[in-house]
Amino acid sequence: MAFINASSPHQRTRRSSSQIMVLVMLCLIPGIALQSYFFGISNLLQILLAGIVALSAEAFILKLRKRPIINTLKDGSALLTAILIAISIPPLAPWWIVVIGTLFAIIFVKQLYGGLGQNLFNPAMAAYVLLLISFPVQMTAWLPMLSLQPFELSFLDQLNTLLTGQTLDGYSVAQLSVKIDGLTMATPLDTLKNSLKSGFTSTEIFDSASFKAASAQAILWVNLGFLFGGAILLAKRVIHWMIPISFLLGITIFSFIAFAYQPDLNGSPLFHLLSGATMLGAFFILTDPVSAATTVKGRLLYGFLIAFIVVLIRNVGGYPDAIAFAVLLGNMCVPLIDYYTQPKVYGGKA
Amino acid sequence: MTQQATPENEKTVESKVETNAEKNAIYKELAWQGLWKNNPGIVQLLGLCPLLAVTNTVTNALGLAIATLFVLVASNTLVSMIRHHVPKAIRIPIFVMIIASLVTCVQLLMNAFTYELYLSLGIFIPLIVTNCIIIGRAEAFASKNGVKHAAFDGLMMGLGFSAVLLLLGATREVLAQGTLFDGIETLLGDWSSFLTITLYHTETSFLLAALPPGAFIIMGLIIALKNAIDARGENE
Repeated sequence: MAFINASSPHQRTRRSSSQIMVLVMLCLIPGIALQSYFFGISNLLQILLAGIVALSAEAFILKLRKRPIINTLKDGSALLTAILIAISIPPLAPWWIVVIGTLFAIIFVKQLYGGLGQNLFNPAMAAYVLLLISFPVQMTAWLPMLSLQPFELSFLDQLNTLLTGQTLDGYSVAQLSVKIDGLTMATPLDTLKNSLKSGFTSTEIFDSASFKAASAQAILWVNLGFLFGGAILLAKRVIHWMIPISFLLGITIFSFIAFAYQPDLNGSPLFHLLSGATMLGAFFILTDPVSAATTVKGRLLYGFLIAFIVVLIRNVGGYPDAIAFAVLLGNMCVPLIDYYTQPKVYGGKA
Repeated sequence: MTQQATPENEKTVESKVETNAEKNAIYKELAWQGLWKNNPGIVQLLGLCPLLAVTNTVTNALGLAIATLFVLVASNTLVSMIRHHVPKAIRIPIFVMIIASLVTCVQLLMNAFTYELYLSLGIFIPLIVTNCIIIGRAEAFASKNGVKHAAFDGLMMGLGFSAVLLLLGATREVLAQGTLFDGIETLLGDWSSFLTITLYHTETSFLLAALPPGAFIIMGLIIALKNAIDARGENE
């Protein structure tokens, strides 16, 4: 009788790509649910639209490349990309925004590089950057949360806005985003950036009416939703702890340095952690297994690097939020990071 | 940017010309090389800087195409004419001086007659001096071949480059503004303003197509299209 002396782990399960993608999508639900609750059901319409476009674009390209279609579509990666794009764009953006973004992500960023596992860049973020650069007006038209809006937006109103750019009563998105008293309402990061430019200190801004109208609370809740989903992903070991932890730690440290240096001109670390796309980025975007660093040290470095760029752009750059730009810049550094952080082989020379 | 002159160009084509049929064959070959097989824009990938930078409208592309075409034909002719008198060691500086004088002429002419286009092309007119296509053809072809062949080669290479410029310019202009030949009157005079075609009206232009990244993406698509056509031709 032979005893097999194998070292631990003794019990192993391997998840397939599609299982991982499904888990990630499930863990996105709390964040998406909160976002749709605060910003309108049109968020879900965008996801639906993006999903359909992503699957058909992927199927079309796979047919051109003569690859198995059904099996590849089943891995769910195209669907996940579509969801990430749909939740990062403003819920009431016209339909062609999300269509262009999804087509670009699937066809150019993913399939032209060789499909799942070959893409250098995170498809969803590349698409987001394309849209932000090409259509700045539509991409920055974040409406305030529903309860703060002067008009009731019914489901049909939102559907109509998505398709034609106007509600049933004929209001455009630009009109909707202006309150009755004429204050334009933007996201908290937007408001902070613009008011700092007009000479207010951050303490004044956080107390001001226009900041409170900027649906700061809603964004905070959405971030907490993504944090919750991300925590489940961590607990399920779908993602490794290195990237989210080093990224969030990096955000805290770097924004604290800026905050400590000039508290009047920079947001606090807590503000940075819970606004914009910080939590969505930390758990769902940076951790994309294809375009992120793969070694332990590399992942830590990757998270820190992106955090540094995010804080830098948010505090001194021209854009209010920077997760997408930072992730793309981080993606570019991945080959270099991986090259220099290869772990030494056990027993090999250092 | 590396220069990928194919061996066909480097051998002296005029060495053994006997019949009319062979003469025609040489011209045919030169045209085929310049326009398609060895196209400077999408095969040799020379002169990418102006190609990507100024092709945001057809008018800009056409302006640069005409300027480059003129310089290319003239420099090839001049270089070929003096090819027996230039010491080998200093041929490159001499070629560059010839090209630079020609570009200066073009620049002054454009400054005088098409002032607005001159402004919108800006630095890319003087930069024609450093365009690798021109020095490449002077070195690889004109300095080794007779005047007639060299001039024809310059014309074909220039036309090949112009075709890519115009295609890229048209694609980007349609995508970004929905127009074609916008601002053509700055190049050809007021009579030509009827050429401006508006394909569709849009309040929100597709900025990416007008920006350099869009130029790279569309350029990549054009190269892919050319390769696909070639591959299909080989299969048949």
